[in-house]
Amino acid sequence: MRTLKFLLQKEFRQIFRDKIILRMIFLAPVIQLLILPLAANYEVKNISLAVVDNDHSTYSQKLISKITSSGYFRLTGYTANFDEAYQLIADDKADLILEIPQGFERNLIREDEQKLFVAVNAINGTKAGLGGAYLGNIIASFNGSIRTQLIQPDRFNPMPQIQVTSVNWFNPLLNYSFFMVPGILVLLVTMIAAIQSALNIVREKEIGTIEQINVTPVKKYHFILGKLIPFWLLGMIVFTVGLLLARFVYGIVPAGNVALLYFFLSIYLFALLGFGLLISTYCNTQQQAMSVAFFFIMIFNLMSGLFTSIDSMPGWAKIITDFIPVTYFIEVMRMIVLKGSGLADIKFHLAAVFALGVVLNTWAVINYRKTS
Amino acid sequence: MKQLYTFVKKEFYHVFRDRKTLLMLFGVPIAQIILFGFALTNEIKGSKIIVVDYAKDVASQQLITRIGASKYFEVEKSFADHNQIEDAFKQGKIKLAVIIPQNFNDDILHFNKAQVQVIADASDPNTATTLTNYITNIVSDYQSSLTPNQKIPYRIVPQIRMLYNPELKGAPNFVPGVMALVLMLVCTMMTSIAIVREKEMGTMEVLLVSPFKPVFVIISKAIPYLLLSIINLIIILLLSVFVLNLPIKGNIFLLFGASTLFILTSLSIGLIISTVTTSQQSAMMASLMGMMLPTMLLTGFMFPVENMPVPLQVLSNIVPSRWYYIIIKNVMIKGLGFSAIWKETLILTGMTLLLLGLSLRNFKNRLA
Repeated sequence: MRTLKFLLQKEFRQIFRDKIILRMIFLAPVIQLLILPLAANYEVKNISLAVVDNDHSTYSQKLISKITSSGYFRLTGYTANFDEAYQLIADDKADLILEIPQGFERNLIREDEQKLFVAVNAINGTKAGLGGAYLGNIIASFNGSIRTQLIQPDRFNPMPQIQVTSVNWFNPLLNYSFFMVPGILVLLVTMIAAIQSALNIVREKEIGTIEQINVTPVKKYHFILGKLIPFWLLGMIVFTVGLLLARFVYGIVPAGNVALLYFFLSIYLFALLGFGLLISTYCNTQQQAMSVAFFFIMIFNLMSGLFTSIDSMPGWAKIITDFIPVTYFIEVMRMIVLKGSGLADIKFHLAAVFALGVVLNTWAVINYRKTS
Repeated sequence: MKQLYTFVKKEFYHVFRDRKTLLMLFGVPIAQIILFGFALTNEIKGSKIIVVDYAKDVASQQLITRIGASKYFEVEKSFADHNQIEDAFKQGKIKLAVIIPQNFNDDILHFNKAQVQVIADASDPNTATTLTNYITNIVSDYQSSLTPNQKIPYRIVPQIRMLYNPELKGAPNFVPGVMALVLMLVCTMMTSIAIVREKEMGTMEVLLVSPFKPVFVIISKAIPYLLLSIINLIIILLLSVFVLNLPIKGNIFLLFGASTLFILTSLSIGLIISTVTTSQQSAMMASLMGMMLPTMLLTGFMFPVENMPVPLQVLSNIVPSRWYYIIIKNVMIKGLGFSAIWKETLILTGMTLLLLGLSLRNFKNRLA
């Protein structure tokens, strides 16, 4: 026990003496947590729209003003022909073109049916799909209002009508930061803990100081515990800072039990630090450790379900996500913070992360050798 | 010149002898292209939902069959009781619940009016809205199938055409993004670490007291990573053309020219980082924590820049990858020429010169 105490003392001194790193460990997450959730917003608005109005009728004017007043679209071009509008798309000045054909109003009344042409810049598939859908909805509602103007509606519905009423649970205002902030916090804690632990032992190897420890009677598990505990604490502190920021800046109050959240975090950090240690036992230089850590962290980030839905992934990718601890933590964060889930709800996640932690740490301890 | 050659050779030895790092340098772009190409999609499909059917009649069965047949939904099982819905949400098992009230079929037949209730898990707002829309569409399809012969009067039919990417594939959007991310990473992180490493090990002193000019020390450090980045670029382009079937529409020389410029910008960021940090660990934290997430998010390939609040839009202007991303999109996907990208090219050039000037000045200061 005494040995461990001295080792911990050494590790903490090392951490606290490097002011640049210390600052980065705390400042970087704070700044990023303040800025990034604002950027990470899938809500599509301010879609630039170019209109080619060949009709110049009352209806075409009404339609255009209905579209621009919806709040989703910004009229950025009003061109005489389609080619000019197309040029606007090529220059990225417009995302969407709405072309109203000549005789739009007249044909609609006489022939009962009229077509409108919409062209969408589809390089960004999501934005194109959503923008097209919004425009479709607005046109449909414009269509409905014209129809009720022209026809006197019956007292009873002539056709069966099925109404869909929808409720949004857990986040009724559809506030996007409620969704992103907990997830980004997980990523930040993950990056700091994994990278710091991966680099630490390697640093001693590279500088040569590990030899000094290897020739002492310090036991393998003492040494590894001495490396793990400081970063475990650091992860806890960074997480707490992030949680406070989420509370006071974004107004996110965890709906569930905070103690449960910390319990999960402690097990998660155990698994994550095991991963960092494993990397450091395989590498000899910090550059190596860093590029290996980066490689995995990048895959973790992308596949964690933070940015894209895991349900949409093909089977083989879903199997990979089962082995990524970040996936579990992001899910648990959202479950506890937003939905107020209890211990019974997350027991599977808990077991999975614990199992990953045991495997990774055992592997790392076995692989660490005191002789090179 | 001969000295420079020798130094560049030394740096290449450094890089090539470190097999693990080299493997990862090439592994990152390959893994990213494969992940983005085959695993990640912004489309939401295969979402697990439950249906609580109180009606248990012909109409409700038909509707459930339609929902189940859609590729967007996987109907888990039907609960008898809506009280179980909350538990299912809390366990994270389902994304949405559909409740069909009693007498559904009768209501349709006698009153011509019926209701379906949808409860969505809005902890993910995007998925919640999209799934609710899907359900609404399925229901209205079902509704119009009830009266197939009736024609709606005064109909406006929008005809939507998708330009550049008719199948709405993800590739045209993310390939430029991956290129920006990987080049940024390799150049910034690797150069800064390679230089700081010599500082940390103490070998920098040896280099600085040699008759070799300090500027050349830096140049010889940068050359191997310049070359590696170009190889990476070729790998990404080959993968996107042959694996993802995404052709390069524009001029390939223009593409390489712009990429080389961006590589230089990233290299100079790496140089700046290396002049202000003293240990590999802090150089890495600066380039990884400081650069990676902002590059991923502010470049515009994951989240459109126009949707961001104005201060962030202003901030995104100083992220070089944002401009590079626009260039690549214009040249590679839209097939435009230099006239479409001169502004972005000018901005990148300016950034590079500024960064290079700053880092060279800092470097000299350190010597004095």
